Amino acid sequence: MTSEELLQIAETVHAEAAKYDFEVNVCMGTGCMSQHSDKLKAALSKEAASLTSPGKRCLVRKTGCMGLCAAGPLVLIDSSHGQAETRYGGVQEQDAAELIGSLGGAPIERLQTHLDDYFHGQQHIVLENSGHIDPEAIDEYIARDGYQALLTALTELTPQAVVDQISKSGLRGRGGGGYPTGLKWGTVAKAVGVQKYVICNGDEGDPGAFMDRSVLESDPQRVIEGMAIAGYAVGASKGYIYVRAEYPLAVSRMTASLQQARRRGLLGNNICGTTFAFDIEIRLGAGAFVCGEETALIASIEGLRGQPRPRPPYPAVSGLWGAPTLINNVETFANIAPILRKGAEWYAAIGTEKSKGTKVFALTGKIANTGLVEIPMGMSLREIIISIGGGVPDGRKFKAVQTGGPSGGCIPEQHLDLPISYEALIDVGSMMGSGGMIVMDDTSCMVNVARFFMEFCMTESCGKCIPCRAGTVQMFNLLTKICDGRASRADLDLLIDLCDVVKNTSLCGLGMTAPNPVLSTLRYFRHEYMEHIDHKHCRAGVCACGNRPELAQIEIEVTA
Amino acid sequence: MSVAVDVKTLVIDGINVSARADQTVLEVARENNIAIPTLCHLDGLSEVGACRMCLVEVKNSPKLFPSCVLKVEEGMEVTTASDRLKHYRQTILELLFAERNHICSVCVANGHCELQSTAQEQGLTHVRLPYRNPQLPIDASHERFVLDQNRCILCTRCVRVCAEVEGAHVWDVMGRGADCLVITDLNQPWGESSCTRCGKCVQVCPTGALSDKSKFGSDHPKYPETVSYLNMMREER
Amino acid sequence: MTNSEPAAVTKIKVATVWLDGCSGCHMSFLDMDERLLELGSQFDLVYSPLVDFKVYPEHVDVALVEGAISSVEDEHKIHRIRKHTDFLIAMGDCAVTGNVPSMRNPFGPEEILDRAYRENVATHAQIPCVFVPALLQTVRPVHEFVKVDMYLPGCPPSADTFYTVLSDLLAGRTPDIAALTRFGA
Repeated sequence: MTSEELLQIAETVHAEAAKYDFEVNVCMGTGCMSQHSDKLKAALSKEAASLTSPGKRCLVRKTGCMGLCAAGPLVLIDSSHGQAETRYGGVQEQDAAELIGSLGGAPIERLQTHLDDYFHGQQHIVLENSGHIDPEAIDEYIARDGYQALLTALTELTPQAVVDQISKSGLRGRGGGGYPTGLKWGTVAKAVGVQKYVICNGDEGDPGAFMDRSVLESDPQRVIEGMAIAGYAVGASKGYIYVRAEYPLAVSRMTASLQQARRRGLLGNNICGTTFAFDIEIRLGAGAFVCGEETALIASIEGLRGQPRPRPPYPAVSGLWGAPTLINNVETFANIAPILRKGAEWYAAIGTEKSKGTKVFALTGKIANTGLVEIPMGMSLREIIISIGGGVPDGRKFKAVQTGGPSGGCIPEQHLDLPISYEALIDVGSMMGSGGMIVMDDTSCMVNVARFFMEFCMTESCGKCIPCRAGTVQMFNLLTKICDGRASRADLDLLIDLCDVVKNTSLCGLGMTAPNPVLSTLRYFRHEYMEHIDHKHCRAGVCACGNRPELAQIEIEVTA
Repeated sequence: MSVAVDVKTLVIDGINVSARADQTVLEVARENNIAIPTLCHLDGLSEVGACRMCLVEVKNSPKLFPSCVLKVEEGMEVTTASDRLKHYRQTILELLFAERNHICSVCVANGHCELQSTAQEQGLTHVRLPYRNPQLPIDASHERFVLDQNRCILCTRCVRVCAEVEGAHVWDVMGRGADCLVITDLNQPWGESSCTRCGKCVQVCPTGALSDKSKFGSDHPKYPETVSYLNMMREER
Repeated sequence: MTNSEPAAVTKIKVATVWLDGCSGCHMSFLDMDERLLELGSQFDLVYSPLVDFKVYPEHVDVALVEGAISSVEDEHKIHRIRKHTDFLIAMGDCAVTGNVPSMRNPFGPEEILDRAYRENVATHAQIPCVFVPALLQTVRPVHEFVKVDMYLPGCPPSADTFYTVLSDLLAGRTPDIAALTRFGA
């Protein structure tokens, strides 16, 4: 595969697209698929097939996630006549005929999403192809500059030069740790080993997070290209994509994509006619959140119990089967190709001083526009939640936004103008995490929120180390006691002490960060804890902790 | 053939000590009679760093490190005992006592139990945390030995000795979190498993979870140090 | 607490109580033998299964509590004891950890009552309910109900332990409990 050949493929794709006057893109990510967007696409294709007159030829395509999940099933209409694109939401199978019929004329008012604000503030790098290409058509990826970066790396740059570019870009790990990616790549590159590995961590386990799922379902070639570049940079010939088994669509699309990449000579031996050889295997998870932790993930690939190991030694030096291993998150790999294509300086110009580039967030909870958003680092929480997210619906009041999943914390209204960055989120007692962002309103009980996340950590604890295995159970029981209105102040003191012990003595990140939701809610919502303890009262009306005068007013109607 | 040994010097609790480059802080501390409590560590078995009792403070780092896997470094300054570490060790023991059903007075290992003796050494006189009292089974199907899950602390010494020294790998861990259980083969009764009846797991078990039936009603001292001798007698792996 | 003259000086008021225990701690206490006379010159035993007083006094200086809290009656008693006592010592593993009585906890009181009063009984099998206090759902150590000032683990704590601890307390010293005794001692 040469650059001429890549251009040839791109031209073929553009030429094919030019034969049509309209392009109807149907979102077939998991969210819209759950609303039968596959049936919608079939119906649209059938209707479009009957249009053959010039000016009305229509191509119906399946694409990946378009981001605005709250308005699904989504249909995006591009036009080759320079018309503005039309975005429809909530489209059902029975709307297919009307939709095809309306092409070229006025848009269908009742189906329009009218949510330009949602997309206006975003900057799509990781998601630049999501919703615009068929995820199972490698040529469409190539037509949008795909694999140019790999070709450039293999033919024009040394492995060290690639590492330098990544370092200069300031890219930091997107899985949650925020470790400088270039530094990690450099460490693996320098490590001594006959065989090295590249692992893509697709075991996205945080409740409410689906960024990685979307990338894998919507733009899998992007991840493959990123991993291949990484393999070249660090000297690895084998890669593994570890995907949680709960993402069957991602697995099937990635499997097909790997096959396509091999057929095009972009994976396997002598890639692009060079001596570089690299191939990727998919490994499935088996329902364990702890396997998102890098050493537990490695143990899982090795066929052992998914339990973390003490670090040092770090995987960069001794990882999979004792070999130097580069392990990065899906989103991290998704940033690699654009960095090489457009340059490290371009990437470093986006974001803040220490947090460069963009971040994909899964905006969920009590928010009008749930879905995926990709924003430049440095944007304020207020802008994300109010402008892009559309604010808290149903006239309720914003209370807090939870970031970082079970390892993170809740951020109250007073910090809404916080510019998003790794450091800023840690300063206020939370963390970036993998990108989950759950909005809460005044009907959320913060003690119950802490309890929810502790229950999650308790059931997902691998059981190897005592503080996490036994400590999360004790902390969960104490939180339950508080929610139930049976706790004393001594119980709260005990909970806080256990938080300190578990945080500082646990073996891996799961245990070390399990106390974070408790500590964060105590920091900003201590009054809610005291209300539960001293007054047996839950102001959000969630916990049945005793004092429920409103229940005395319920009248029961007995029907004859 | 002589191989030059790389020697490091470090400070443990204010005492200057020397060590081989491949030694752990725990090894060096014990060589110098500096006590660090452990539960999952056993000479002759691989280290897992699981119990967190051996955590030490290292100067210039906010983190605590398990000394059983922490390799010595030149100029390292280690603190093995402080009020903070003592509190953490006591809490870890309290978590263990509250986790399952540890009734010392009726246990065959009373007086010969590492959980019990470590608690006494760490000054633990009561457990602040509420006892969970889970219902856990006893496997007495083996003709010589008994497994009482109520007394197990999941140190995994039995798993490691069976896999690494006996080579049978009969023991392993099933389940996750607080539901973890040590099991034989694919959770089959011990008496029907591929157990070779060597008895090493009973000897290395720090509590009364694994015990010898012939010792009921009498004393049950254990001799886990035999494991390191066995390894010494073998060829180097 | 530094009295040494009898008769004219007020002696420390000591009480001992047994709740759900086997009385072994009391037997071990008595095993101090003649040392009891020595200590006895410094305190008055104002309430105990070993003496005749039936009502817990209004004010006790030191109370030694044996046994776990297993029934509604134990719970009631321990609150009264705590209210009228300055210094409460949880004595023995049952009071400190629950110990043998707590072995019924994983099964629940119904199974235990069934086994004791129905399965293993030949005539008139029935669960007693007249003048018999209701069992708590689980057996708990003393400190889950009231504040405990000192813990003496052991099953039972040895007579030597009792002697050292009481001598220290009477002399105003703080004993090093862990050096003297442990769980299951």
